[in-house]
Amino acid sequence: MSDAKSIFLKDATVNAADGDQRAFINKALGGYYTNRDLQKARYRDWERARDAASMAKWSAVNDLANVLEKFVANFERNGGVVHWARDAEEARAIILKIAEDAKAKAIVKSKCMTTEEIHLNDALEKAGFGVVESDLGEFIQQLRGEAPYHFVFPCMHVKREAISELFTKHLGTAPTNSPEELTMIARRHLRQLYIDADIGITGANFLIAETGQISITENEGNARLTAALPRIHIALSGIEKVVNHLDDLSVLLPMLATAGAGQPMTCYNTLYSGPRKKGECDGPEQFHLVLIDNARTRILADPEQRDSLHCIRCGACLNVCPIFKNIGGLAYGTTYQGPIGSVITPHLRGLKQWNHLSGASSLCGACTDACPVRIDLHHHLLHNRRNATKESPTLFDLAFHHGFTFVIKRPWLFALGGKIFRATLPLLQKLPLPYMGAWMKTRDLPKAPSQSFRDQWKNPNV
Amino acid sequence: MRVSLFIPCFVDQLTPKVGLATAKVLKRLGHEVEFRSAQTCCGQPSFNSGQWDVAREGAIRALSVFRGTEVVVGPSGSCVAMMRNFYPELLKETPHAAEADDLAARTFEFSEFLVKKLGVTDVGAKFAKKVTYHDGCHALRELRLKEEPRQLLRAVRGLEFIEADEGETCCGFGGLFSAKFPMISTAMAQVKGGALARTGADYVVSSDPSCLLQIGGWLSREGKPILPLHIAEVLASDV
Repeated sequence: MSDAKSIFLKDATVNAADGDQRAFINKALGGYYTNRDLQKARYRDWERARDAASMAKWSAVNDLANVLEKFVANFERNGGVVHWARDAEEARAIILKIAEDAKAKAIVKSKCMTTEEIHLNDALEKAGFGVVESDLGEFIQQLRGEAPYHFVFPCMHVKREAISELFTKHLGTAPTNSPEELTMIARRHLRQLYIDADIGITGANFLIAETGQISITENEGNARLTAALPRIHIALSGIEKVVNHLDDLSVLLPMLATAGAGQPMTCYNTLYSGPRKKGECDGPEQFHLVLIDNARTRILADPEQRDSLHCIRCGACLNVCPIFKNIGGLAYGTTYQGPIGSVITPHLRGLKQWNHLSGASSLCGACTDACPVRIDLHHHLLHNRRNATKESPTLFDLAFHHGFTFVIKRPWLFALGGKIFRATLPLLQKLPLPYMGAWMKTRDLPKAPSQSFRDQWKNPNV
Repeated sequence: MRVSLFIPCFVDQLTPKVGLATAKVLKRLGHEVEFRSAQTCCGQPSFNSGQWDVAREGAIRALSVFRGTEVVVGPSGSCVAMMRNFYPELLKETPHAAEADDLAARTFEFSEFLVKKLGVTDVGAKFAKKVTYHDGCHALRELRLKEEPRQLLRAVRGLEFIEADEGETCCGFGGLFSAKFPMISTAMAQVKGGALARTGADYVVSSDPSCLLQIGGWLSREGKPILPLHIAEVLASDV
């Protein structure tokens, strides 16, 4: 068993038994469902909108090299500098070099899961750069020293009281249970940091090829300050974030907001078009964009799962996932939680180590129905399972399924096996058998009938 | 119509009354019903476990079992989804692809067959009980069935229908998932089973006997006063 799997099993077991925490998460998502449905109803046809959003991403992903080239040419024409990174290590090195060259003293960051993916904060701190998260949820998680719980709602699992205690401990503020006051505390603390920072690091929601612009979506206004106040702006983005046309945002931005957070639109949607130009009074002097592959081309090479590059990181699949809701986001041990995380993490970090996430699903398909860009999520979990059995089959699984198939190919043996199974069921239930023992711990089986269906069918009176 | 029954392996062995009720309703509607005893399991446990090579053997075998049938009807959204959606995927680009597509096109889930193929919603059943419904995920999302079972239940004389909260939430069965990840599966059963029990219904009805195994197993262990019942059993009833 992989380390990742044994940690997952341990954490999932603890969390699934934590009724209070599960109820808290369910309650937190309750408002989301209501708002999402309200906003979805405002679309003339949500399903057609999904087609359009999916097609916008499909057409860019399936022509990625050309679309990226076009984007980069236009981005550079706007005065930005592009850096290509094959993996996390290269991306970290590029960003560290920019920070060193700039002799940066303070760095402020807005929300960006790709920086989580490459563990950027650790690298910056180890190199002696102070870095502060400016998104409220990420700021809270940074103070807690914990990874984001949900890639859109990073601290959704933290109760107000705990946030108040955290602020008291780290910022010396008076305890309060008012969300507004807590927000104001963070706001007052962060305001000066934007002014002091030499570098602002952001992510990117979309890269627009035809204009060379970067689109960033946020609810707090912190990304605007992060991008605009410091003298250097660094954006980190996966190469799959590119879209062809500015017009694509007319469907992608509202769907991102509705699917992910139940909003008609996210509060701030900003297009960044390069560094400060001559005669402009604000904006960064330098604008760097780090474009990272980090296994995205590996997914691109797999036609079956290529659509997972459509992901706009809205989080809808997490919000509806019964696994996510019952084990929580931290148990996954991944950058991206929930169904999309279970699909792509094996590509990012290795199938053998991370296939258990694809196994930990009832394949209910709620995620696939929720996905605004129509990623075939739950079927990809099946594909990962299939690929894993090819890549690293386990002896137990092989024996079990070959044995099972040997039986089901022989109706007489199936009938005989069934008869013995039914006759010995009361005894079998007491034995610590694989699978059945686990089942019997929390659930009963029906009383076995004396005759099977096939036996009874032979009776002409049936 | 000549209907060939597709009886899930665990229905055959553990809840044969579901198969008998299915046959009873179909016969009552005037159809000729056969059961080909060479059938066993559709191979979904292996398919879902990623063992597609052995699952393929089961699928090819099932093709031969059901060769020459007019329509195949199964009282399980999950097993029918295996045959309808996943056999063609398993067997694509093999010499069996065309036959798999052909079988998929003439295989129906029981409530789907009644409502969509036969156009029947009132089968003349009587069942004077309070009933809630659980949508199996395969029926709901692989076969896109939601209204069909409800139409059938609403036409049953004396039956009081109550929708439950967590309407489209999975019960946590998921085949071997329920035994490989029992803690998650049980948490899901609590969410679903709790919502079903809160309706105050006498029975939770479903078109999926595998979900009923999970839900019924949890309800029984927790001592909740609501019983699992397959939709065929309701439709076969005249009390």
